[in-house]
Amino acid sequence: MPLAQTQTSVPVVVDDDLCIADKGCTVCVDVCPLDVLRIKDMAEGPKSKTAFMQYDECWYCMPCEADCPTGAVTVNIPYLLK
Amino acid sequence: MDEILDGISQIDCDVLVIGGGTAGPMAALKAKRKNPEANVVLLDKANVKRSGAIAMGMDGLNNTIIPGHATPEQYTKEITIANDGIVDQAPIYRYAQGCYEIIQELDSFGIRFQKDQNGEYDVKKVHHIGTYVLPMPNGDTVKKALYRQLRKARINISNRYMATRLLTGEGRIAGAICVNTRTAEFLVVRAKAVVMCLGAAGRLGLPTSGYMYGTYENPTNTGEGYSMAYHAGADLANLECYQINPLIKDYNGPACAYVAGPMGGYTANAEGERFIECDYWSGQMMQEFYDELQSGKGPVYLKLNHLAEETVAEIERVLHIVERPTRGHFHKNRGTDYRKQMIEMHISEIGFCSGHSASGVFVDENARTSVQGLYAAGDMANVPHNYMLGAFTNGAFAGLDAVDFIKDVDFAKFDHGDVEAERNRVLAPTKRDDGIPPNQIEFKTRRLVNDYLQPPKVTAKMETAQRRFAEVRDDMQNAMYVQNAHELMRSLEASTIMDCAEMAASASLYRTESRWGLYHNRVEYEKDDENWFCHTLLKKGENGLPESRKQDVKPYIVEIEDDEKDAYDKQRVQPTEAAE
Repeated sequence: MPLAQTQTSVPVVVDDDLCIADKGCTVCVDVCPLDVLRIKDMAEGPKSKTAFMQYDECWYCMPCEADCPTGAVTVNIPYLLK
Repeated sequence: MDEILDGISQIDCDVLVIGGGTAGPMAALKAKRKNPEANVVLLDKANVKRSGAIAMGMDGLNNTIIPGHATPEQYTKEITIANDGIVDQAPIYRYAQGCYEIIQELDSFGIRFQKDQNGEYDVKKVHHIGTYVLPMPNGDTVKKALYRQLRKARINISNRYMATRLLTGEGRIAGAICVNTRTAEFLVVRAKAVVMCLGAAGRLGLPTSGYMYGTYENPTNTGEGYSMAYHAGADLANLECYQINPLIKDYNGPACAYVAGPMGGYTANAEGERFIECDYWSGQMMQEFYDELQSGKGPVYLKLNHLAEETVAEIERVLHIVERPTRGHFHKNRGTDYRKQMIEMHISEIGFCSGHSASGVFVDENARTSVQGLYAAGDMANVPHNYMLGAFTNGAFAGLDAVDFIKDVDFAKFDHGDVEAERNRVLAPTKRDDGIPPNQIEFKTRRLVNDYLQPPKVTAKMETAQRRFAEVRDDMQNAMYVQNAHELMRSLEASTIMDCAEMAASASLYRTESRWGLYHNRVEYEKDDENWFCHTLLKKGENGLPESRKQDVKPYIVEIEDDEKDAYDKQRVQPTEAAE
């Protein structure tokens, strides 16, 4: 069976201006129990890298927000149960 | 990251602890401290810093037995009655005797518990009979405090490795086969003893929100312990005694009667009236909750809006900081305020979890399973209602016994063909060009769980579930397709969820009576003490399918009087004469 791409809005939002992934920080990626966050390269802007939510598989549990050293991460309630 | 790499390596250790949430760290610490020469490895699918049911902390100890407040005899009696009598009391009694020492140890780790003006533990009454609930106002520090201890004790920690099958040989445990969740590389761990602390089967039913990860339990806890124990030939006990909990609707986090109850909050119907005597979670209480939801008096609510401002502020402070801190965000989005209105509640999806019910891998008072050298503790081991303190205490018992067991044994020899067969099973979805992704296999399995296995349980529906599960299993084995290592982890979880779903159906069909209130409400059968006052043990049969048998309840250590046996059956508030 062929696969389709289905869009989904994700609950974890990263403020690229505050994120220090370009300095080598991976704290949010490291602590996530579901392992849904990743670091990506930025095509433009002053930062070369930022964290983002790659997989919409979130328990809205908050270690990523609580442990982020710069307060760049916000955990929202997933839309389906908001 | 997530690219699938081809690789396999092997390590040896004395004690392998699988799962770094609550029970696991304590098992590893106790084993290492008792024998500092022992090589103890702690393995986790996530990161031990923030893994398991208590990733963000916990708001209290729900089952302390503190001298002056409760006795081990009283607690053993309470849990026996709450479980309709189907318990082996030895593990409960040993827990009740040992947990006070663990509380003091946790205190020494820097985890603070609520104390009164005299410096005594401030224990609250929530259960039907005794007083056991000890609040933890700074319960958000639990995981950090544990992690410090693990580093200090020099425990070897392996994060992001998921165990997929146990290895056995010479009639005992030999180790485990593991897969890296970010590279798909294999790790074979040879171990003289294995302690399983893999949590609940919490991703079994589908939450009513439809969001697959919006479960009551941490959705990383997919029941891998149940599945691995099953494939290793261990006995699993009373799986038909599901976990079903009263929760904040949609948010699916606990309403926390244990926090709010002692401060005057309670569960109410749409008229704002109490309908249950006691907010402690039991199958009988859940049956009343379910009945109220189905009646014209539903929905059911958490009622706090009659309380004073300072009381509500204190409840909010605790509930919005520890355990599930996004709860504050949820209420803000909805515009709901404990001060202004009651908060709608609902019942959770089904799961297996001895933390709150009694469905788990069968263990004795030393946390030994029926496979020699294999231990289980925490939510996945069948010490009923054992909660977080039970995970710590029984984890300690497991670690202490495992480190004694390894003294006299060498590594058991296992068949290397088992490793090869497991590699082929795990990697099969990576060898196809297209197919069905794991999230669809999982969704369908869990949707069928909701349609056919949720209580009230009906024979024909559960038999339909078995037929439909077989179809989905066939798709899973022959057509599942993954594109990277992350999806491979999800495919392995889908397989675990399927195993648990099949066990849930099989165990529920076997016990032809109703018991434990809603947890095993089989509408065609009454409670039947004559034929079913026993455990049911399920294991993998010769034909590869679940096989159940009865096992006697061991003679009680603490006797239960006839007039005490039905204390938990009297949950519904009776109107007083004055009210009438």
